[in-house]
Amino acid sequence: MAGFFLRRLAQSLLILLGVSMITFVLLYWLPADPVRQIAGRSATPQTVENIRQQLGLDQPLWVQYWRYLGGLVQGDLGRSYLQKTEVSTLIASRLPASLLLMAGAIFAELLIGLSMGIIAALRRGTVTDQSLMIVSFIGVSAPQFVVGLLLLYVFAVQLGWFPIGGYGTFAHLVLPSMTLGILGSGWYSRMMRSSMIEVLRQDYIRTARAKGLNRMRIIFRHALPNAILPIIAMIGIDIGIFMGGIVVVESVFGWPGIGQLAWQAIQRVDIPIIMGVTLVSATAIVIGNLLADFISMIVDPRIRTR
Amino acid sequence: MANSVNSDPATAIIAERGVIAQFARRKLALFGLFLVFLTLGAAIFAPWLTTFDPNEQMFDGLTLQGAPMPPGGPFALGTDLLGRDLLTRILYGARTSLIIGVAANGLALFIGTVVGVTAGYFRGWVGSVLMRLTDLMMAFPALLLAICLAAIFQPSLWIVALVIAIVYWVQTARVLFAETASLAEREFIAAERTLGASHTRILLKHILPHLVPTIIVWGTLGISTTVLLEATLSFLGVGVQPPTPSWGNIIFENQTYFQAAPWLVFFPGLAIVTLALAFNLVGDALREILDPTQRGRD
Repeated sequence: MAGFFLRRLAQSLLILLGVSMITFVLLYWLPADPVRQIAGRSATPQTVENIRQQLGLDQPLWVQYWRYLGGLVQGDLGRSYLQKTEVSTLIASRLPASLLLMAGAIFAELLIGLSMGIIAALRRGTVTDQSLMIVSFIGVSAPQFVVGLLLLYVFAVQLGWFPIGGYGTFAHLVLPSMTLGILGSGWYSRMMRSSMIEVLRQDYIRTARAKGLNRMRIIFRHALPNAILPIIAMIGIDIGIFMGGIVVVESVFGWPGIGQLAWQAIQRVDIPIIMGVTLVSATAIVIGNLLADFISMIVDPRIRTR
Repeated sequence: MANSVNSDPATAIIAERGVIAQFARRKLALFGLFLVFLTLGAAIFAPWLTTFDPNEQMFDGLTLQGAPMPPGGPFALGTDLLGRDLLTRILYGARTSLIIGVAANGLALFIGTVVGVTAGYFRGWVGSVLMRLTDLMMAFPALLLAICLAAIFQPSLWIVALVIAIVYWVQTARVLFAETASLAEREFIAAERTLGASHTRILLKHILPHLVPTIIVWGTLGISTTVLLEATLSFLGVGVQPPTPSWGNIIFENQTYFQAAPWLVFFPGLAIVTLALAFNLVGDALREILDPTQRGRD
């Protein structure tokens, strides 16, 4: 198991190296010239050239990448072109907001998704089951910005229960978390339903029933803990999905996380920031996938022997 | 009979399992199919379904204060910030979404199939390199990558389709890799090889036909995913560019005004959800019917 762990870890580092290389090349090809952005419209060609040399942007691509990689190994993500601050400082100041939103989103997804899945499984084949599954289908078919804007309109603009975007209090966290929760719950509820149905079919549940145990006790004490195991690994994958889409939800709700940081940087061609956020997100995705693998190995000993 | 199965396994698989009959028994799937045809009808017959031009900024399309008109009256779904008829733009927007759904998803499916099948059949270093490439793609924050790509190329409808395909092919590749790898180890493939059949012949005649059901399922589900991606990119302003109407860019253009004119978000949003839901329902039903591992479940 330790060997497997080390091998996966090494693979993950290689993947991240690949991500950094591809992103670096892509950003190098951006048609917009970052130096012009920094220098401003009225700058003379001489000033532009000076800045280019200062930043080392006159060097060939591979030299620039090598230098970047050298910094990266020491935890240095470079400096923002426009904000004149270390990228790592900027990301560190934004990361807590994103992580808070991630926690809120995963909590909402699990709360909505698991309860829908459990109810659907227990009422299998009924109208309740079918309606819940239709709802979960709509959940996976709706884009974040549509759900986000509609929730904002109903609960912030019309009812005034929550603030219209922003950050700071618990109330600010509710709508963005619910947006992601409604969407993400679609997958969880479908998985929970089939996992629960599978478990309820097992012999030990029949034994419990035959012993005359109370129905609620069978469901919550015997079936649920087993049915929930495959779902736990899914949370790891979910971190990746969250990181992939964070730009949208943060821009809809004006949430000051790394997604918004990246989005502003893209509009201003502030390449070191784009690069940094991409790498941090990719790292989160890789860690999430690793977690998913290890959690499944720990909770299901059958996988360990493979 | 044996001969006909041999000549075209794909048709045979579909006929043998009575796919159409099974599909017709599923109410949700039929509802999904109905929604698909509804959108298709809107896209094809848009010029006949409305009397307005999608890009015409009408003088009477704004109130005296210059605000968009609410739904009702001459403009069934109201007008947008520039006084254009919203219903007309949504109808024409269906064209954008369907073009993306066919072009982007088709291209992604093609790349995914080529990569997945090649890696699964040849294994060895070719297979490893290709599969490590998919690992790499899986680690990318998809939306950030798409936004960067869209910024490098100046976004037009076809560029957006290309960007989405580049981001999205990985899923198909991974599924087809697993299936091809297990097919390639089966005895009938080994038998063909012993008989001296070329790789091309084995791949085209024996492997690919068995993958058709999976390709159909992923092709259908992929339309939803690609349509949602296009909507999201256009909503951020880096997808399909106005004045070409797309459901995502309608919301992008009118977003600042949505508190006063929620219909400008609601109706295009409804259109996006409808189309994505339609293909998800159809695709999910097809998966349950065509995927042998799903059999006996519900």
